[in-house]
Amino acid sequence: MKYKTPYPELLSTAIIWAIAASVTGALLWLLSDVFWHGMSQVNWEFLTQSPSNAGREGGIAPIIVSTALIVGVCLVVSIPLGVGTAVLIAEFAANKSILGRLVRLSLDVLAGVPSIVFGLFGNAFFCKTLGMGFSILSGGLTLACMVLPILIRSTQEGFRAVPDDYRRSAAALGVSRIATLWELLLPAAMPGVAVGLLLGLGRAIAETAALIFTSGYVDRMPESLWDSGRSLSVHIYDLAMNVSGGEANAYASALVLVSFLVLINSAISWLAQRFRQSKILVV
Amino acid sequence: MTKQITTNTGNPPSIQTDQLSLFYARKSAFKDVTLSIKSGSITALIGPSGCGKTSFLTCLNRLTELTPNCQISGRILLGDQNLQTLNVISLRRRVGMLFQKPNPFPLSIIRNIEFPLREHGVRNREEIDHIIEVALQDVGLWDEVKDRLKTPALSLSGGQQQRLCLARAIALKPDVLLMDEPCSALDPLSSEVVEDLITKLRLKYTVIVVTHNLAQAKRIADHVAVFWFQDGAGKLIESGSVAQIFESPQHTLTAAYVTGRTG
Amino acid sequence: MAIASGAIVLLILLFLIWETLPILQIIGLARFFNDPAWHPTSEEFNLVPMLWGTLFVTVGSILIATPIGILSAVFCHYYAPKAIANLYRRAIELLAGIPSVVYGFWGLVVLVPIIGRIHPPGPSLLTGILILTLMILPTITLVADASLASVPSEYLRGCASCGLGRWATVRGVVFPAAKSGLITGVILATGRAIGETMAVLMVCGNVVQTPKDIFEPVRTLTANIALEMAYAVGNHRAALFVTGLVLMVMIIALVIAAELLNKGHIYEQ
Repeated sequence: MKYKTPYPELLSTAIIWAIAASVTGALLWLLSDVFWHGMSQVNWEFLTQSPSNAGREGGIAPIIVSTALIVGVCLVVSIPLGVGTAVLIAEFAANKSILGRLVRLSLDVLAGVPSIVFGLFGNAFFCKTLGMGFSILSGGLTLACMVLPILIRSTQEGFRAVPDDYRRSAAALGVSRIATLWELLLPAAMPGVAVGLLLGLGRAIAETAALIFTSGYVDRMPESLWDSGRSLSVHIYDLAMNVSGGEANAYASALVLVSFLVLINSAISWLAQRFRQSKILVV
Repeated sequence: MTKQITTNTGNPPSIQTDQLSLFYARKSAFKDVTLSIKSGSITALIGPSGCGKTSFLTCLNRLTELTPNCQISGRILLGDQNLQTLNVISLRRRVGMLFQKPNPFPLSIIRNIEFPLREHGVRNREEIDHIIEVALQDVGLWDEVKDRLKTPALSLSGGQQQRLCLARAIALKPDVLLMDEPCSALDPLSSEVVEDLITKLRLKYTVIVVTHNLAQAKRIADHVAVFWFQDGAGKLIESGSVAQIFESPQHTLTAAYVTGRTG
Repeated sequence: MAIASGAIVLLILLFLIWETLPILQIIGLARFFNDPAWHPTSEEFNLVPMLWGTLFVTVGSILIATPIGILSAVFCHYYAPKAIANLYRRAIELLAGIPSVVYGFWGLVVLVPIIGRIHPPGPSLLTGILILTLMILPTITLVADASLASVPSEYLRGCASCGLGRWATVRGVVFPAAKSGLITGVILATGRAIGETMAVLMVCGNVVQTPKDIFEPVRTLTANIALEMAYAVGNHRAALFVTGLVLMVMIIALVIAAELLNKGHIYEQ
């Protein structure tokens, strides 16, 4: 006997599959467009040469180096600060204390602050007040402020996913708080931390607006963290908007940027998966 | 305390399983269960934990389909229809279920009953209100909640929540009710109220109750089926009337179990 | 350490106010809304057209992205087979990871010409809305995905035992149960839409005007800062910090709204 499915059920199923298909379609369109146009430009020379003629010709070597340095500064500062803060808030500070509430509220605000406002702040604070000028250091520190709430929040989410039972039973077994944190909570919170890293790293590498007025435009090879450096994203922006005939190299740079991101995304989610599995199997 | 159950007036069907087996992936939950359940009776499924009673119960409304990699072999007859070929939505409307842990939806009390009703095509406001009132009266909840029908169902006590779930089920006018240890998560007083309700369902519904409480089985059931874990799978080792099982069990394991010597 | 992290917000606010204080003292806040136009070099500072620009782009993209995003999460949980659901999740994560400058660039070279053929000029409010929709979609989907995952399975079994179909279950029980999470996702996405700079800067045309239809170019508050910061000095620079302050105020209002909403009861009446 065939069974009759109610009309709203059929309709909603059709709509939901159609939505999933069109979102996937849009993603594939964007990716294939960037891949197709970028692929013809990207080669070894492109990755190892300096840009010339305002970026229309030549490669992006110094730009890759600047990007790596900026993101490096950002992560070195933000990871310990972010995970540490999350641990403190989630495990040690009473959630309902006024301080805890205030910190959480300010993090919510921080998470929502537009990147361009971070740019303004970075420009005023790191570049001017602290006298770092347009430099990789200014850019990296500005990004660190930006990535921080993402890291904290998703680490917290991970902690929240740990049932209170774990904590209570660990406490009942006389396991110390630190050991509980290390053996039970951190592994359980790993997916949260990994998602935070993923989003944070993605946001840092992808960021443009906060960098234009902090790390600057200079497309020479940086000699130190105090030099100005142009990030990949700023390079794409500049080629697309300010340089006529820069489209081809903009596509190529976009392909490099997107590839980095895809690579990092995959690596991190793979790592998180592995780490979680091994920990759970051992424990 | 409560009036007789008034919601359902139909003829409840009998249920017959024939060589029924259930596998989760490669693990067998129970094997070759052949059991006939009389129309309008209350049948208790007893036996130690992990011998497939709950799994057996979920075959009867095909809730097994929610579990991936779950395979059934054998046949189930509901009345004279093959249960596995019925429309699953109308089947589950006919075969209501009560779970171990009360699970009202996170909606208001009234929406808990109204929402499934509407989804099953009852749209008339007066009719809905009438069904809700009757169902709540049937479970003895009406007087307790009639002034706060719009408050969240999750604010009710455990016993009230379980009775609401029963009202939710019987509002759909089922003729079979499945209950998976419906009292085990409740305090003794609420448990007594729910138990009392179950006995009032006799004749109007075919009721199948999984229970670990032998005294309860003895009090409420007409028939008893004993499950046991044997040779790597749950098996039905004996079934019969309450008197047979508790007073003159045929199987030695049953005898030991009902007198509390094992299990 | 926690205090240090929280203090960054205060530091940002402090610097924005510090940079804007001189101009606010001299010309006052009112002129940012009453001046005849935005000509910062000739001391005219009307931000209203940019406010409208930001508002329209945000509202438009939220209206489109909310249903798509939430239904995407529903797709992953209740409709798609597990393998497809996981692939789709990866796709959404990928979408989240694509830089806004790439969205902007793609919008500029692909979408703008298409829109331009339908109705010139091309760089417009509509292009901005479309690009932004794609960008905030992952935020809504990923947050909704997480909150759907936390809907207790008892509810789902309860629904199934009442003979409810997928959609009835989703609409009647899952949405009410996951409501606060879903709303949080939308609020986060709203924040992201308001704050997005590069993509809208590249596809919206950046003409300072209050748009009359969706095919007209607009300039958002964020684009305003990005466009002029490079050469702004004195009062002009301070005026851009005022723009930033306005953005900050919007975000803070949004966060407070989210706090209040989450405190409200989550049960459907």
